[in-house]
Amino acid sequence: MKSFVKSLAAAAVALSLGAGAAVAEDVVKFGVAAEPYAPFSSQDASGKWVGWEMDLMDMVCTQAAIKCELVPTAWDGIIPALTAKKIDVIWSSMSITAERKKTIDFTNMYYNSGAVLISTKNGDADISPDHLAGKTIGVQVSTIHEKYVQKYFSAKSTVKTYQTQDEANNDLAAGRLDYVMADSLALDAFLASDQGKACCELKGLVPEDKEVLGDGVGGGIRQDDAALKDKLNAAVAALAASGKLIELNAKYGLAGKIIVP
Amino acid sequence: MTTSELLPLVIRWDLLALEPPGWGMVLLRGLQQSIMIAFGAYFVGLLLGLGGALGKLYGGPIVRSVLEGYTTIVRAVPELILILILYYAGTQLLSQIMQSYGYGRFDINGLAAGIGVLGFVQGAYSTEVLRGAIQAIPVGQLEAARAYGMPSVLRIRRVVLPAMMPFAIPGLANLWLIVTKDTALLAVVGIAPSELSLATRQAAGFTKQYLLFFLAAFFLYLFISLFSNWFFRVLERYFRRGQAKLS
Amino acid sequence: MAGAGSVSNLSIGAITQGTTDDLMKIIKIFAVVVVVVGVPAAFFMRWDWLNPSFQEATGAYPVYGLKLFYGVGWTVFLLLSSCCLGFMLAIPIGLVQVTGPGWLAAIARGFCTVIRGTPLLIQLWLMYYGLGSLFPSIPWIRESVFWPILREAWPYALLAFTLSFAGYEGEIMRGAFAGVPKGELEAARAFGMSPFTALRRVWLPRAIHQALPTLSGEVVLQLKSTPLAATVTIFDVFSVGTKVRQDLLIIYEPLLFIALVYVTLTAIVVLAFRYLENLVPGKRA
Repeated sequence: MKSFVKSLAAAAVALSLGAGAAVAEDVVKFGVAAEPYAPFSSQDASGKWVGWEMDLMDMVCTQAAIKCELVPTAWDGIIPALTAKKIDVIWSSMSITAERKKTIDFTNMYYNSGAVLISTKNGDADISPDHLAGKTIGVQVSTIHEKYVQKYFSAKSTVKTYQTQDEANNDLAAGRLDYVMADSLALDAFLASDQGKACCELKGLVPEDKEVLGDGVGGGIRQDDAALKDKLNAAVAALAASGKLIELNAKYGLAGKIIVP
Repeated sequence: MTTSELLPLVIRWDLLALEPPGWGMVLLRGLQQSIMIAFGAYFVGLLLGLGGALGKLYGGPIVRSVLEGYTTIVRAVPELILILILYYAGTQLLSQIMQSYGYGRFDINGLAAGIGVLGFVQGAYSTEVLRGAIQAIPVGQLEAARAYGMPSVLRIRRVVLPAMMPFAIPGLANLWLIVTKDTALLAVVGIAPSELSLATRQAAGFTKQYLLFFLAAFFLYLFISLFSNWFFRVLERYFRRGQAKLS
Repeated sequence: MAGAGSVSNLSIGAITQGTTDDLMKIIKIFAVVVVVVGVPAAFFMRWDWLNPSFQEATGAYPVYGLKLFYGVGWTVFLLLSSCCLGFMLAIPIGLVQVTGPGWLAAIARGFCTVIRGTPLLIQLWLMYYGLGSLFPSIPWIRESVFWPILREAWPYALLAFTLSFAGYEGEIMRGAFAGVPKGELEAARAFGMSPFTALRRVWLPRAIHQALPTLSGEVVLQLKSTPLAATVTIFDVFSVGTKVRQDLLIIYEPLLFIALVYVTLTAIVVLAFRYLENLVPGKRA
């Protein structure tokens, strides 16, 4: 009996140690939103992560000579995952805003793009808050677009939030929403797809508001992790100087639509 | 109707193919993950439940109150919220313990986290099922074992557990079905990345064929439950061998 | 319900005593939890977002207090409507398995097996995403008068929850209908009651009363399933908690508060069912 209990205890300890793993300190974990966000990051059928941001991550890691590991994390838990040290960098099209800077730090901007509204094909290009009164606007939760819509449109229109941008796009195609506001490049990718081409068209860029929309996209870092931040900044600057970023834009057909350092 | 309008009505069976770009293999691997998590959580739950049931029946007042609180709270709070709280609190606690031992960063993989969290929730339900089953054992058998001078652990192994099984099987079958369906909740929280429901949502989101993939997941889960029902019927017949038939 | 109109004074005492016992047990557990978890939480955690006039610095941002209130409203609405509609569906499903023609009973049994064999989450997503992507592609649905309702998210959630409740309750009502003593039904027929009158006056009330304890547990389970509606854009109380969690980047406070809300709702449901059970005088164990 005693040996039975002992072996059970040994098995439990072995299981718990095997379940976790003490990670070597030099692997840098890049947290990416587990939900697809074309053209920046999405997962294809073979399980590989592809996209503009994924390629940039590989290039930055080669440039900075660090070992990188991709960790898909749910978007709504990605900042807590960073502060809890489950990941070291947030590399998921997260915009640099003053609000977020209270909790985490950011590398320098590695791309910037505008925010746009899309809607059904009806040739109507008026996107003022008065014109959208009574309509339903969809946004992804916990993004700068959600804050923008809450600030300017929530007084007169209904705002629906979604966990992923994909769901918002689908509901627009399904007729459940009247408008969707998101990043211009992500929505471009949607409008170029079969579903987007059939249902919707671009309405236009929203008026700028730096306080809400932020200063472009950067990598999220813990506030005490200055060493990693410098490494990543240096790598991005070197890639920009060598023209590799322009090549990357061309590869994904984003030339002229995306602003890079 | 134009082709684009007909799009959702055309069933793209090729998307279920086992080779990429078919998502069939992804779904099957998700099924395997779900079953593994369910197994792990079920057995962790049974261990906790056995301890809890014995504690509630034979333990002192403090042990009984703590266990009463454990079962009541777990059964009153929605699983989704419990899973979230346990996941964040549990991983934080574990990494703090590990860091105080000097292990550096400690990461729990999704599978283990899912098993731990679901197992904890299952433990509360198992406690009630096993407690009811033990209480249903004819007291004479336990008294006879005590009269023979059996030490308690031997008594548990030779009398309590075997006698409890026929009474426990319906409850255990129910618990198994609950845990297989609760693995879907992990998809909402995003814990186990390759679990079936999450894989289905990813595949459906990527290909826009929602009806197809959710129906596929639906039938995969149904298959698990039908197979489990058959298995538990066989198990019940085995444990009730030699006893008078029920009806 | 038989005897509900003629409750004696003695029974009123029994009713209130029964519910008071349960209330005391629940209050005791509440008190322990509040002291062990609540007091440190109140001191060390951030609760300013519960204040109804809380507003973020960027101005005109959502007031969480009001949203929580509406969220609880959504939860209660989904719970009550899915339970009522589901129960109305469960009665014929259970009945037909005991009486009815074999083929109808087989369909009912198949329905219950399928519903109980698949996760509610998948059923919900199947309704919302699957049906939801099917309907708009059919032009006459889009033009019809139903479109403003079919456009919303709650009909699909309500449908999924109702079918789920009906599946589980169908099984329970089957057992309840089969468990009513045959003598009572025969007596009803001997009195010359038509089958439908016998059902209405004897079989159904007796079956419901027998099933009440189990039904109470099932309604609590249904309440615990309502957070899943948050995954299909319904802004119930769990959704509001998630929003607070994401906006303010605090993890435990919203979750603990939401847990408290659900425990309170559970207690109300359990007490309500105990009261209903105690209405009919019966043998007390």
